[in-house]
Amino acid sequence: MLRSGSALRRGLPRAGGAPGRGMRSADMFRELGLRLRLMGRTLQDQLSPLAPGTGSWGPPGVPRDPQPPEEADVVVVGGGVVGWSVAYWLKALEARRHGMRVLVLERDPTYSRASTVLSAGGIRQQFSLPENIHMSRFSASFLRNINEYLGVPNEPPVDIQFQPSGYLFLASPQDAEGLEATVKVQREEGVQVTLLSPAQLKDKFPWIDTEDVAVASYGLEDEGWFDPWTLLTALRRKAMSLGVLSCAGEVRGFVTSAEDLMPPRGPDPLSARIKRIHVYMQDSLEYQPVTCAIVVNAAGAWAGELLETAGLPEALRQPLPIQPRKRYIFSWHCHDGPGLSCPFLIDTTGAYFRREGIAGNYLGGMSPPEEEEPDPSDLSVDHSYFQEQVWPRLARRVPAFSSLRPGSSWAGYYDHNSFDRNGVVGAHPRLSNLLVAAGFSGHGLQHAPAAGRALAELVLKGRYETLDLSRLGWSRLVQREPLVEGGVV
Amino acid sequence: MRGGRGHARGAGPGLGGLDPYLGAPYIWGSPIGVASSPIHMGQPHRGCIQPHTYGAAQPHIPPPRTHMHLKDIYGPNVAAAAFTLSLGGSVRYEGQEQWLRPHGPWQERVLQLRSVPVWGLDLSACPVTYSGLGSLEPLPHLAHLDLSACPHVDDWTVARMRALAPSLRSLSLSRCPRVTERGLATLHHFRELRHLDVSGLNVPSPGLVRILLEEMLPGCRIVGMELDTPPKGTT
Repeated sequence: MLRSGSALRRGLPRAGGAPGRGMRSADMFRELGLRLRLMGRTLQDQLSPLAPGTGSWGPPGVPRDPQPPEEADVVVVGGGVVGWSVAYWLKALEARRHGMRVLVLERDPTYSRASTVLSAGGIRQQFSLPENIHMSRFSASFLRNINEYLGVPNEPPVDIQFQPSGYLFLASPQDAEGLEATVKVQREEGVQVTLLSPAQLKDKFPWIDTEDVAVASYGLEDEGWFDPWTLLTALRRKAMSLGVLSCAGEVRGFVTSAEDLMPPRGPDPLSARIKRIHVYMQDSLEYQPVTCAIVVNAAGAWAGELLETAGLPEALRQPLPIQPRKRYIFSWHCHDGPGLSCPFLIDTTGAYFRREGIAGNYLGGMSPPEEEEPDPSDLSVDHSYFQEQVWPRLARRVPAFSSLRPGSSWAGYYDHNSFDRNGVVGAHPRLSNLLVAAGFSGHGLQHAPAAGRALAELVLKGRYETLDLSRLGWSRLVQREPLVEGGVV
Repeated sequence: MRGGRGHARGAGPGLGGLDPYLGAPYIWGSPIGVASSPIHMGQPHRGCIQPHTYGAAQPHIPPPRTHMHLKDIYGPNVAAAAFTLSLGGSVRYEGQEQWLRPHGPWQERVLQLRSVPVWGLDLSACPVTYSGLGSLEPLPHLAHLDLSACPHVDDWTVARMRALAPSLRSLSLSRCPRVTERGLATLHHFRELRHLDVSGLNVPSPGLVRILLEEMLPGCRIVGMELDTPPKGTT
């Protein structure tokens, strides 16, 4: 069985031969070795996806996923919506078809803890940072024309079930000025948002109790919610049809060129490149070293942890302050609840809810204050949180919710950037070929198409063209200059 | 002829947006991002038959004569009427009994009536799209809009019609294959609506949607979506 090129090399007779033999036979052996190696590689590439389980040992009855290749041009660590968006845009924007080999690595193919599929699925443009507004607007335009981008021949069209109902932010008298200032920024960027007084609010949405509401901002265009799973599978399907490779594996080590370099003598800090990454197979100690040119960290809530376990030398360490934060989503049924006009409502207290379907189901939650953060080690749901914190607040705002029937609930992770709650997009300050797109603190889904495009342009063209996200780069973390986003729900 | 393919620059206050759907980017007001020149996003996969042309140098496609320019020069009535008639629809002006049809030399008639407000537009079975609605937007007297059987009108398009809400009294979305109950939920802006035709739409439970629509638009008469009749067009 032809296993790998190196095995072949070991198995062949040495090309030198006895000194008495002429150059001709040595050449012949060398050429034979080369040819056999190439044949072996071709056969291996063709055989391994067809016959899983052959070649390397695995537990009987368990199909072996394809092993990562030995080389790839770009490796995307993380198979969530951001990772697949980067992979799709890399293929969509490359100048020559099959010009580069892109590999997406996902350590959990069941997506049991991925933030993408556990998200509430909202998209809005009501942010306070212009970059976030631009990213959302780009993503809305992408979703509107999703079949132009992600349609695959002979496959059914993509339907993300977008509900264009808008977001409604309520502000108490203390927060009214802040909200109006934010709306001013949004209007300057071209967002269609309107301010409503309590009387107008009551007129438009009679089911709201406007006590303690000074002003509300209502987004009118390109805001609503959609199905995140459909977007993820559509991106994945299109990217794979364009030639992106996908493997299950966990990246636990980076091998950098630091050991090949002399330590710098001047004031300039050490800068190196990643040469190889070590991809560990599931439930196994074996790993595959993948030589790569560029690594994209799209690991979401574990983006910071990826860099810590990567085994980088001390001089190259640059901590990424991204941690998983557990958030609950509860769904319930209410008989007399808000009707079809119900937007995605965010209360003055931070509690939020939206309609789900047309049969009287709603889902919502609330982000807890900093000191009451739940333990993120697992995704178990604390039902008392709904009873004690979320329900009373929502029932005060929507009196119809005083009687409701709780339904299912689940928990997911925000990839929380504890520095300034905004995404980090760009290159590592020390490792010139490590790029990151993570830390969106609950907005990763709606910013994924835009972040993917921006990062792909950075890889392919070296600069941002469509969206200028340079302010969201790593340098603000290094220089300790936060770029705060006020509108994190 | 496609509707609303635009390359308008500087037309109106900043509603910046990138809409590569029809291949030509258009930027209203200030462009997004760094470049001050139009941002070329290349051709999207239209029908996924075209080979990749991203990244390759795009030939300069001169912006087609659009109805956006008509709006600047002649006013919204002419722009909307010209757009509708060029797509094969009909226009009815305020105070006129006859509908102006796209047969014969309608251009002169439209120019003659440039200051008469447009009362009704009949765009049934016309290829109007999301971006095409930009030609209709500032019509303060539009009372009747017929979009039945339009193949490209989807939920996003219905949501965009919000700008016509203050005056619209009659709307027809019947037999639009891409409109679902999610787009209909955005019709709550249409306070003046008195007649809504939603027959022949693909919704999961027509009776329930009808009840919800009646609750959302109390003064409006809703046609279609009866409890027992299946929607037309489904087999």
